[in-house]
Amino acid sequence: MKRKTEVSELIFRIVAYFFLIVFALMCVYPLLYALVSSLSGDVAVDEGSVVIWPIDFQINAFRYVIVDATFWVNYSNTLFLTALGTIWALGYSILGAYALSKKRLMGRHGWNFFLVFTMWFSAGIVPMYLNYMQTANVFGAMGITDLKWVVVIAMGMNATNIILLRNSFEGVPSEIEEAARIDGATEMQVLTKVYLPMSKATIATVALFFGISRWNGYFWAQKVMEEQQYSWPIQVYIRDFIDNWTTLTGTTNYDPSEGAVSWEGYQESLYGENTFSAVSVVYAMVVCAIIPILVIYPFIQKYFAKGVNMGGVKE
Amino acid sequence: MVKLKYDDFLDYDESSGTYSIPQEQKVRDEVEKNRWKEIGRTVLADWRLYLMLVPMVLVFLLWKYMPMYELIGCFKNPSSATEVEDQLWVGTRFFEQLLGADKNISPQFWNAFRNTFITAFYGLLFGFPTPIILALFFNEVRSNITRSILQVCVYLPKFLSTVIVTTLAIMLFRPETIVTGGTDQAAGLMSRLFELLGADPALVTKGLINTTQYYRTIYVITDLWEHAGYDSIVFFAAVIAVSPTSYEAAQIDGAGKMAQMRYVVLPSILSTVVIMLIMKIGSLLSVGYEKIYLLRSSGNYEVAEVVSTLSNSWSSGAGAITNGRALGMAAEMLNNLIGMILVIGANKIARSASDVSLY
Repeated sequence: MKRKTEVSELIFRIVAYFFLIVFALMCVYPLLYALVSSLSGDVAVDEGSVVIWPIDFQINAFRYVIVDATFWVNYSNTLFLTALGTIWALGYSILGAYALSKKRLMGRHGWNFFLVFTMWFSAGIVPMYLNYMQTANVFGAMGITDLKWVVVIAMGMNATNIILLRNSFEGVPSEIEEAARIDGATEMQVLTKVYLPMSKATIATVALFFGISRWNGYFWAQKVMEEQQYSWPIQVYIRDFIDNWTTLTGTTNYDPSEGAVSWEGYQESLYGENTFSAVSVVYAMVVCAIIPILVIYPFIQKYFAKGVNMGGVKE
Repeated sequence: MVKLKYDDFLDYDESSGTYSIPQEQKVRDEVEKNRWKEIGRTVLADWRLYLMLVPMVLVFLLWKYMPMYELIGCFKNPSSATEVEDQLWVGTRFFEQLLGADKNISPQFWNAFRNTFITAFYGLLFGFPTPIILALFFNEVRSNITRSILQVCVYLPKFLSTVIVTTLAIMLFRPETIVTGGTDQAAGLMSRLFELLGADPALVTKGLINTTQYYRTIYVITDLWEHAGYDSIVFFAAVIAVSPTSYEAAQIDGAGKMAQMRYVVLPSILSTVVIMLIMKIGSLLSVGYEKIYLLRSSGNYEVAEVVSTLSNSWSSGAGAITNGRALGMAAEMLNNLIGMILVIGANKIARSASDVSLY
């Protein structure tokens, strides 16, 4: 009987390892494939013979992306939107969550419901679009014509994040706050000197939630800034590039400023030879767009795991 | 219930035969009168705290609740005026059009509504068990380093943007491209893999992503790729909470691995599983429209179109129709109201099933 137990455990463990390794490889492989495809020569990429390592190694696809000024303007827009959007959202969320965490706040249940209701019911795409357009008009009347500001200010609010912060603030022992008040601390000082240092982990997690959703945001940025290509974030640019795919593959104009040029012709005019496929350019852009995420990912992933386990919110 | 008489509130003076308000009641009335003054005074004394609420409340009012106000537009005739306030009421005309009165619009709506359900259902069918299995398997990995490496790999796709995920999907499942005067491009890597596994070559040439037959498969695969690893965190936390002594006790009783799973692990993670399942069912109708919007193409829209993308294409761009905004609003409002009822219901059930609830 003892042996039987061991056998079933062993089989289970082998299955587990096999499944996990296959799944983990599947999770990483598309990114590896994107990288090697961006580094492979045009014939290999177009024929589809690239699988694991680069064939006919070239870096011209990356050079092409690097000299693409719009790409980098849009890249800096993404940084701008992520940085300012996160600071703005985090700012009002911390202030609001602090007030909500106080038992002495009048109408506390009402304020909570005010937040939670937005998690249950969303007005939908059309009313939100109309609303953003009105916001853009108001901003325009105030002299802010760059629609980036509409995206920063009017988007990205998230009731779940505020509730995470509120719960964390509620967990701070009230004795510490009382001690600070006896020492003459004002409301703002209590928040910055007592609550913020004691909820660092939650604030980091929530900041990351805001930051990632900003970095990845596409739909509303695209809809609101459709006409302003120089305000686009990088996600919109990449998608736009894919949408012009048939143009890119050489059947019609590629670059309007160059006249009627095919992809091959355009490439030859740039580098004097045909070395890389248009497919490689897309992959090179994908690689460029995910590098920042990959660089900070090892440092942030533990916060995300924490955030998920904080999700078992109680009221 | 006992019926109250005057005597219960008022004092009766027998000598003069008159009623008068008792002293206690006067005090109570005075307190009640001062209550609002008192509240005002506390709020004023505490004005800093209330000031802190202002930015958050303002942001939510302006950009979450104002759009809800715009929703009255779906009961009004959009051609009668530009401002929604000035438009003439038409009652539920647009809802009737959606639900069946209009032979052109109604089938589109019902198709999108069906797709919303089916997409969410497939997401649930595959997206729910996979993280649990992953969590159980992670528990089998004894070495912490190996497990951390595997976990880092499977969480990774969650951090990529929808655009990157859909770009990779489109590239990997893309059609063959015939380039006049250039090198032809082979179909995407995954398209060719599917061909090896028996997919119809004609469809592969079309690009599997653009076919109604394969769209849902691709949607589910990308969904699993994106979320399964990350969603396993919750279940993994539940699995490692099982005490090692429980396993030992079961082993001594001669339980094999399957018996241990059945009698030790399953009962301990069951509450987490039930709660997560209820929550998933609750959010059935709020499928992420961004990804669908990005994967949708002329070849697959019949199965890809969900209510929110339909309302978007009715209201803007090349697919815009007459009264498209009002119709789109009405369609999405129906969808979101049903979604809201599901969420609240699911939350109620979860709360009564255990002490955990999401809100």
